[in-house]
Amino acid sequence: MNVLVKPGSVPPNASSRKLFSVLDDNGLADPETDPKLELSLVRRMYESMLRTRLIDARLMKLQRQGRIGFHVGCEGEEAAIIASAAALREQDWIFPCYREVSAALYRGFPLQSYVDNMFGNANDLAKGRQMPDHVTARQVHFGSITAPIGTQITQAVGFAWAAKIKKQDVVTASYFGDGATSSNDFHAGMNFAGVFQLPTLFLLRNNGWAISIPSDHQTHSRTYAEKGPGYGMPGVRCDGNDALAVYATTQEAVKRAANGGGPTLVELVAYRVGPHSSSDDPSAYREAQETEEAQKHDGVKRLRRYLERQNAWSDAEQTAFEERATAELNACIEKAEAAPPPSIASMFEEVFEHMPQHLLEQQAECVNGPRHRKRH
Amino acid sequence: MPQMNMVSAINDALRVEMQNDDRVVVMGEDVAKLGGVFRVTSGLQKEFGEERVIDTPLSETGIIGTAIGMALAGLRPVPEIQFGDFIYPAVDQLINEASKYRYRSGGEFVCPMVVRVPVGGGIRGGHYHSQTPETLFIHTAGLKVVCPSNPYDAKGLMLAAIRDNDPVLFFEPKRVYRALKMDVPEGEYTVELSQAKVVREGEHVTLVAWGAMLLEAIAAAEEVKEQGIEAEVIDLRTLWPMDTATVVESVKKTGRLVIVHEAARACGLGAEMVAQICEKAFVYLQAPPRRVTGWDTPFPYTLENEYLPLAHRIVPALLDTARY
Repeated sequence: MNVLVKPGSVPPNASSRKLFSVLDDNGLADPETDPKLELSLVRRMYESMLRTRLIDARLMKLQRQGRIGFHVGCEGEEAAIIASAAALREQDWIFPCYREVSAALYRGFPLQSYVDNMFGNANDLAKGRQMPDHVTARQVHFGSITAPIGTQITQAVGFAWAAKIKKQDVVTASYFGDGATSSNDFHAGMNFAGVFQLPTLFLLRNNGWAISIPSDHQTHSRTYAEKGPGYGMPGVRCDGNDALAVYATTQEAVKRAANGGGPTLVELVAYRVGPHSSSDDPSAYREAQETEEAQKHDGVKRLRRYLERQNAWSDAEQTAFEERATAELNACIEKAEAAPPPSIASMFEEVFEHMPQHLLEQQAECVNGPRHRKRH
Repeated sequence: MPQMNMVSAINDALRVEMQNDDRVVVMGEDVAKLGGVFRVTSGLQKEFGEERVIDTPLSETGIIGTAIGMALAGLRPVPEIQFGDFIYPAVDQLINEASKYRYRSGGEFVCPMVVRVPVGGGIRGGHYHSQTPETLFIHTAGLKVVCPSNPYDAKGLMLAAIRDNDPVLFFEPKRVYRALKMDVPEGEYTVELSQAKVVREGEHVTLVAWGAMLLEAIAAAEEVKEQGIEAEVIDLRTLWPMDTATVVESVKKTGRLVIVHEAARACGLGAEMVAQICEKAFVYLQAPPRRVTGWDTPFPYTLENEYLPLAHRIVPALLDTARY
C-alpha cells in the first residue's frame, strides 16, 4: 500500500530526504521554520485554495450530469499548486501539466475563460479544440496545457534558456506529477537545465498516484527529491499539504534561479484525494481508508486553522466567501452553457499562420457539407 | 558570384540570418565546436558565440523540447537532428507539441523553428543513417516539410523557413551535400515555401521528384529523350503544404504522371499526389499514375542502389507511362 510520508518519518540527514514543513495538522506553525508571511498573502492563497475546491466539486458534478465532457481536479493538492504559484514572480512563467489550472486562476486568469474551456464553446480561448481543463492562458504567463506526460518540462527549460540568452529576469517553473519522472522529457529537461545552469524550477507534485500506479512503483529512489543531486542540482522535499512550507521552499528556489544559482527540483509531497480524472475509479486500485488517512493532513483545512489562530479568518468569512464564489461560478456556468459552439470554419484555422490551399479546400468541403445530427 | 555546394549554401543562409536577426539560435549535437558531423554549421560558434550556437547533450527530445520553449519565448531556434534516423525520440515534441501549439492555444502562442534534418540514402549508411522519414511529418497537421535539391534552393528555402512563423522540418539530402556546386548569390534572397518549380519542360509525361532524387529524375529524363519522349520535370521543393496546382497544370498538359521518392511507398507523398491528381485532373489522365519509390522494406546496406528509386528504375517507368 502506498503510504503518505509524514513529517519526521524520513531520514533527517539530507534535504533531499527530509520533509520540510511549517504547519502541523492543526495549523500550528513551527517557529523555527515559519516564513512569517504577510497575512494578506496567506488569506489570498487560502481563498484561492478554497475556491479551487469548490470549483472542482462543482465541475465533477457537471461532468456526472453530462453537461461537460471531462474534468481533472486537484483535491488534496491545492496547497502544493497554489502556494508554489504564489511564490513565483509576476514575470515568471508556468509550464503546467493538466492539474494546475488553479495556478492560472490564482494569477488572475478569468474564471469565465476557464469555464468556457470546460464547455469548449465559441468563447473558449482554445476555441473548443482541446478537452476540458486544457486551457491556454498566455495573459498570466501560463503555457497551453498538454496531455502527453512530461513534454512541458523541456519546454519550460527552453523558455528559461531563452530568458538567459536574452538577459531577461525570468524564471520558469514546470509542474508535473510523480509519474512524469519516468518520462523522457523529465530526464532531458533536468539534464539540460543542470548542464546549462538555467533559471528554472521543477515542481514535482508527488501525489502518491499516477492513475493506478502508486508512487513507490514509479521509482526505486528513496525520495523523488534525491534525483536532483544526480543532475547536479538541489533536490528539496517539502510537505505539499503545507502552504507555508511550499511557499517558502519555492521562493527560495526562485531566488536561487533568478540570482544565477541554477535550477532546483522541488518535490511537493501531497495526496491525490480524488480520482485521476472524471474517467477514473480509484476503488479499483486503492483502499478508501488510505484516502481518509491522507485527508487528515488536508492542506486547505490546515491553512484555515492557521489563519483562524491569527484571527485572520472566521466562520462568517468562510460562509460569505463560499457564497460569493458559488454565485460567481454559477454565473460563469450559465453564460458558458448558453454560448454557441465554435464555428465549423474555425476548425481549419490556425493549423498554420496562413491557411494553405488544401485546408481552404477541406474547409469549404466541410462547411458546405452535411451536418452531424448531434448538437455540438 | 560564389560557387557553393549545399553544405556551404546552408551554412551561408544560417550566417546571413544570424547576422540579420538576433533571435536566431543554432543548437544540436556536435554543431558548435565541430560544426556538425556534416560541417553544415561550421564556423558559426566562432562568429556568433556560445550562447547562440550551442552544443547540446545527446537527447533529441531535449533538443526539440527546449527549442520549442525558446520559440515560445520569442527566439527563432534552428535545431539540428544529426540524422533523420534519430529523430524518433523527438517525435512526441514535434507531433504533439511544436505542430499543435498555435492551434491548441487558439493562436495565443506560435512556435517558429526550423528543424534541420540530414536525410536519405546513397551514402553507404545502412538502415540507421539513410532513412527519409518525411511521411510521418507530412501526415502531421501543423508542420511544414521542405527538401531542397540544389545549393541555390537550399539557401533560399532556409532563409524563407527561418522567417516563417510555423515550425518547419528542413530535410537536407546528404547525397547532394557535396555532390554539386553552383552559383549562389551572397547575402539575402528567399525561395518561397510551397512553390514547386518546373525545372525541365516537356509535353509527354510529368515527372515529379525532390531532394536527391531530382538529379536522378533529370538524368532519366535525358535518357528517355533519346527515345523521343520529353518529360516535364517538377522539383517539388516544399513537400508540405504541397504545391498541387503546379503538378495539376502539368498533368493537364501531359496526361501522364510519374512520381519519384526515396521514402517507402505505402502512404508516401506519392500516394497523396496520385489521389489529388485523380480528384482534380482525372479526365486528363491517359495512363495510370506511377510511383517509383523506396520499397516497403527497411533501408538496406549492401543493396541500397536497388532500394533507391534511381534513374535505372525511373527510365522504364517513364517509358511505360509514356507508351501506355
